[in-house]
Amino acid sequence: MHVRKADEAYHIGPPAAAESYLNFTKILDVAKRSRADAIHPGYGFLSENAKFAQACGDAGVKFIGPGPASMEIMGSKTRARQQMEKAGVPFVPGTSRGLESADEAEQMARKIGYPVMLKAAAGGGGKGMRLVHRPEELKPALEAAQSEAERAFGDREVYIEKAIVNPRHIEMQVLADEHGNTIYLGERECSIQRRHQKVLEESPSPILDPDMRQRMGEVAVRVARAASYTNAGTVEFLVDQDKNFYFLEMNTRLQVEHPVTELITGLDLVHLQIRVAAGEKLPFRQEDIQIRGHAIECRIYAEDPDNNYFPSPGKITLLLSPSGPGIRRDSGMYEGWTVPIDYDPLLAKLIGYGTDRTQAISRLTRALHEYFVGGIKTNISLFRRILTDADFQAGKVDTGYLDRLLKAKPPHVRREDEEVAAIAAGIFAMLEPTSAVTANGSSSATGSAPANGIAASSWKRAARVEGLS
Amino acid sequence: MVYDVSIDGKRYRLELERKETRWHCRLNGREVEMDAVLARRDVLSVLIAGKAYEIKREHTATDMHLWVGSVRYLAELHDPRSLRGRRGATADEKGPRKLLASMPGKVVRVLIREEQPVEAGQSILVVEAMKMQNEIKSPKKGIVRKIVAAEGANVNAGDVLAIVE
Repeated sequence: MHVRKADEAYHIGPPAAAESYLNFTKILDVAKRSRADAIHPGYGFLSENAKFAQACGDAGVKFIGPGPASMEIMGSKTRARQQMEKAGVPFVPGTSRGLESADEAEQMARKIGYPVMLKAAAGGGGKGMRLVHRPEELKPALEAAQSEAERAFGDREVYIEKAIVNPRHIEMQVLADEHGNTIYLGERECSIQRRHQKVLEESPSPILDPDMRQRMGEVAVRVARAASYTNAGTVEFLVDQDKNFYFLEMNTRLQVEHPVTELITGLDLVHLQIRVAAGEKLPFRQEDIQIRGHAIECRIYAEDPDNNYFPSPGKITLLLSPSGPGIRRDSGMYEGWTVPIDYDPLLAKLIGYGTDRTQAISRLTRALHEYFVGGIKTNISLFRRILTDADFQAGKVDTGYLDRLLKAKPPHVRREDEEVAAIAAGIFAMLEPTSAVTANGSSSATGSAPANGIAASSWKRAARVEGLS
Repeated sequence: MVYDVSIDGKRYRLELERKETRWHCRLNGREVEMDAVLARRDVLSVLIAGKAYEIKREHTATDMHLWVGSVRYLAELHDPRSLRGRRGATADEKGPRKLLASMPGKVVRVLIREEQPVEAGQSILVVEAMKMQNEIKSPKKGIVRKIVAAEGANVNAGDVLAIVE
């Protein structure tokens, strides 16, 4: 889709990311050939790769994002904690260095109190993490976390933190120009996650009042300044049930969920990123930032909700997209497209905006009913379920919310339209005897052999790591 | 036109006629007030007794589904003039039935030998796809006439795996 929308397109290699999107040489070569002034790294791929940012600088191409030094500080969670300690930023009690031994782990755990969380310093996406409730579980958990971290990130450094019970994950958007101006642009509530991956995000958070927003925002700015940060970034916090907030980490890139912030502030973050990278000063001050209305984003994934959310690649045979007031759709799919197995299964982001949370929810609910993706499975039905759930509507969410919802009995779906379906079957037969569409379920897009081709895909690898297979 | 339709296995007799712009519809003998327009390929906009529905048709290698709103129904059209005279789908239907692969995968286990009898719902073979194992079951009580796919074979969606008579 992005190829179709671009003015120029350059082929960078085969689908496997390592040979194309992650290849510095190829990307910089395209920059040279197209005489590009700057590169926007998006999210994922090389967006948080300090070496790549450095390579861009060396090649005379502007990397739209922070400098390599800021990325390096925040790239290691232990190093980030050390910097934050110096800046007087509140964070979850624990160690700011990797644990040297099981004894040290036991000592720290006794000091901070169970339950504790063991985390990989180079980590992300929930890998290399272990929640430990009792002292006897600690040593085996430490060994498991260390080897998982080694396998996933090539770095077995693991540190320890107090585990906050049912925290909320609330993050603050920051934006800094290259002239020393750093401001915060409001928060996003991202507690609705499955296996540590965000699924639904909203802004503002149902529990923040202007005072807490200001306090968290000022801390986020302090964090960014401590890392000499420039351009757009996000400071993540865990918030406990008493509304105490703790620095978790900083993401040194633009995030998937940035649209909700754009809608409530009226700002175009990507445009601002480009302007900042071009050397401009921020065109507003902190006091100019106004939060208006409420926005909620659903990440539409090619996953099968009836099969443990396993990836569902295949050809999209029919696409009916929602629109209307307060509906924004950032989508990469089109009818006739075959969802590839080589990348993340994110298809589209559907965002509902309203003057308040209730209106945002109703508009989004309507849009989710209109959205139809035929030929593959998607998680659209999951969002219908979340949006009608009483706890969600009351804003009662935390990072354990989705697991609880999915464990509960799914709501009974009334199947009362069989007669309508029967009549429709006849009408279709009369008006359109054979669908022009080719059947789904046939071999993958590239026509390669099914079982073997899929075995090599990163989805299958990811599924194994996630314990799905 | 008369149609013999099953929705999720339940049978309906449907009579449809269109005179210019007016539709006439009888469902199981009952007159139904109906109007319909094909909004686009595979999408039907239907008014039934004053209520509006948007119905999407979706095909997979083996089945046809109709979505009424967000609810999915399995739809099958039978030819009412068929000599097989299927009056109500029963598991004792006469005539050979083919078992098809519903997605690409690999046959990992064949459980029944040719010429062996099976009950409706009994597993005949196991196909593995994307690390999930699916048991392919017999749709009827009968005899396994032929196992087409051997153990270890790669299959594509729509391939015939076995024939049960």
